[in-house]
Amino acid sequence: MTSPLNGAAARAQEAPANELLRVEDLKVHFPLLKGAVVRRQVGTIKAVDGVSFALNRGDTLGLVGESGCGKSTTGLAVLRMLAPTAGRILFEGRDITHYDKARMRPVRRRMQMVYQDPYGSLNPRMKVRGIVGEPLEVHGLAADGAAYRQRVDELIAMVGLLPDMAERYPHEFSGGQRQRIGIARALALEPSLLICDEPVSALDVSIQAQVVNLFMELQDRLALTYIFIAHDLAVVRHISDRIAVMYLGRIVEIAGRDELYKRPLHPYTEALLAAIPVADPEVEARRPRVIVKGEVPSALRPPSGCRFHPRCPRAMEKCKTVDPPLADLGAGRAVACHLHPHSA
Amino acid sequence: MPAPLLQVRNLTTRFNTERGRLTAVDEVSFDIDPGETVAIVGESGSGKSVTALSIMRLIPSPPGRIDSGEVIFDGADLFKLDDAAMRAVRGNSISMIFQEPMSSLNPALTVGMQVAEPLNLHRGSPWAKALDHAKELLGRVRIPDAASRLASYPHQYSGGMRQRVMIAMALACQPRLIIADEPTTALDVTVQAQILDLLKEITRETGSSLLLITHDLGIVARYADRVAVMYGGRIVETAPAIELYKRPRHPYTLGLMASIPRLDSDAGRPLVPIEGQPPDLAQLPPGCAFSPRCRLATDPCRSGRPLLLQVGNDHFKACFNDVPA
Repeated sequence: MTSPLNGAAARAQEAPANELLRVEDLKVHFPLLKGAVVRRQVGTIKAVDGVSFALNRGDTLGLVGESGCGKSTTGLAVLRMLAPTAGRILFEGRDITHYDKARMRPVRRRMQMVYQDPYGSLNPRMKVRGIVGEPLEVHGLAADGAAYRQRVDELIAMVGLLPDMAERYPHEFSGGQRQRIGIARALALEPSLLICDEPVSALDVSIQAQVVNLFMELQDRLALTYIFIAHDLAVVRHISDRIAVMYLGRIVEIAGRDELYKRPLHPYTEALLAAIPVADPEVEARRPRVIVKGEVPSALRPPSGCRFHPRCPRAMEKCKTVDPPLADLGAGRAVACHLHPHSA
Repeated sequence: MPAPLLQVRNLTTRFNTERGRLTAVDEVSFDIDPGETVAIVGESGSGKSVTALSIMRLIPSPPGRIDSGEVIFDGADLFKLDDAAMRAVRGNSISMIFQEPMSSLNPALTVGMQVAEPLNLHRGSPWAKALDHAKELLGRVRIPDAASRLASYPHQYSGGMRQRVMIAMALACQPRLIIADEPTTALDVTVQAQILDLLKEITRETGSSLLLITHDLGIVARYADRVAVMYGGRIVETAPAIELYKRPRHPYTLGLMASIPRLDSDAGRPLVPIEGQPPDLAQLPPGCAFSPRCRLATDPCRSGRPLLLQVGNDHFKACFNDVPA
């Protein structure tokens, strides 16, 4: 297991052979502009503000947190669909942070995105064959018409759709089937990394399990690496090897799936887990309740010190002024909280 | 046993659409006792929201129409009331909380006016007195600094605070029944817990009944006394919450429970999905609506509709097959 932390030491040494992605102190800031004629900057939204993690080949990292925590922005920045303000992104051993469009092109083939909304993300005027095959055309990957057809058929079968569905339009499909089409399209270029942004949250409960199982089957078959972004901790726990909990642009805790759920260290992680009801009334009656106060504050003016302190049931004096760093506790676990100072 | 506060009997609501006449709610019957929290759980197209809107007689007509049934509230059939009498019920003895507070609040009126309005309308309180009472209500739903926030507009409130305002409005006239339709689906999980805890605490204090419409089996487990599971416009199973989770008897209920990942279960356990797609109300099969997706379906399931029959103490299911308890 690699250290979840960055730093000069990590930067100097070679990345481990099985490491696919390394994100170091990533920041994505958006200027807040005002004025119709003369635009001037009146503030900065720090959507992602110093995020670091590493991801091994074949693993799944879950990114969880509530709205405004920066989990989707992190995903978009890794794909370089948003320009990072600071920090480094190393993908397959190369620093792609400052790649221009031309140099990003071959990299894009290796990292793809699956979106939340299977209605909004598919072109309604294209047949499924065209939607799934478009990336092959754009990247000039099909030698001829026959090879193209064969590859599209293969992708459609891979995501569990029937062959004749290739000739239909998106509106003829249910939400779960549309999500399968989106996944087939994302797989067309044989990526190594899939960034899945809330890929099942728009689906009905009975359909979510079908799509979650598909993600897990495809990972086994194609040795895919996932970043799985979601607010549903139960789904994330099910699919992830490691989980990073985000709050207001920061990772507040990162740990292996089982450690995180069995022994959450950050009060926010604890509160998130406690907030999610378990589908069993008898278990529910016994569960401890950690109620956090209020709502996530604006990223425009994050609180001083620890960003969670105004809502934290265990906040101390120090938390109001001193921002706790993400402290490495060893064994792939790190937490940013004054209750758990650096132990190593 | 006290008489039920609400009795829904054979409720059927249909919609005329381009694709034909759809039966969104099909012969639905259930009771809510005083002080009880009943959850209706189901997926999209199950008819859970249409059931709630039908009780309130808020079905847009056309295209919708309540075709048959009775809704007996506190002894009177709501479907027999004239419009004026029904308006005196809504927001007064029965109030409703919707999913999206931003679209249910008037953006041009102050929050104070909106919370005070039902008091002015139903109780004839003068505005000054109603506003005073509104301040109290905002405090009760724990809106900090309620006095100064009365003059604020909905856009100045966060999502969770707006839903608190909706609860304050719903509480204004001390309703006997609150209907909450996916009240926290648009909110973050920590806020969801705050809002539902608040709602539950308030109904406990006032003795109001709560009808909770949701798709989330976890929320049902945490808050409901009794549950009705809907599928394709019908109730397929109903039981006290503890009984339903312990001994689900309908294949759809069992399927739902096996398909959701749980925080407290073994994470390696594979999910067992329900195969196929949710039902299309325009093309329901002649028999049981769940039969195309059911592992236990036999010929009778495909031709005849099973009735909701008693299978245990206060436990009913609509299925021909004997599901092992």
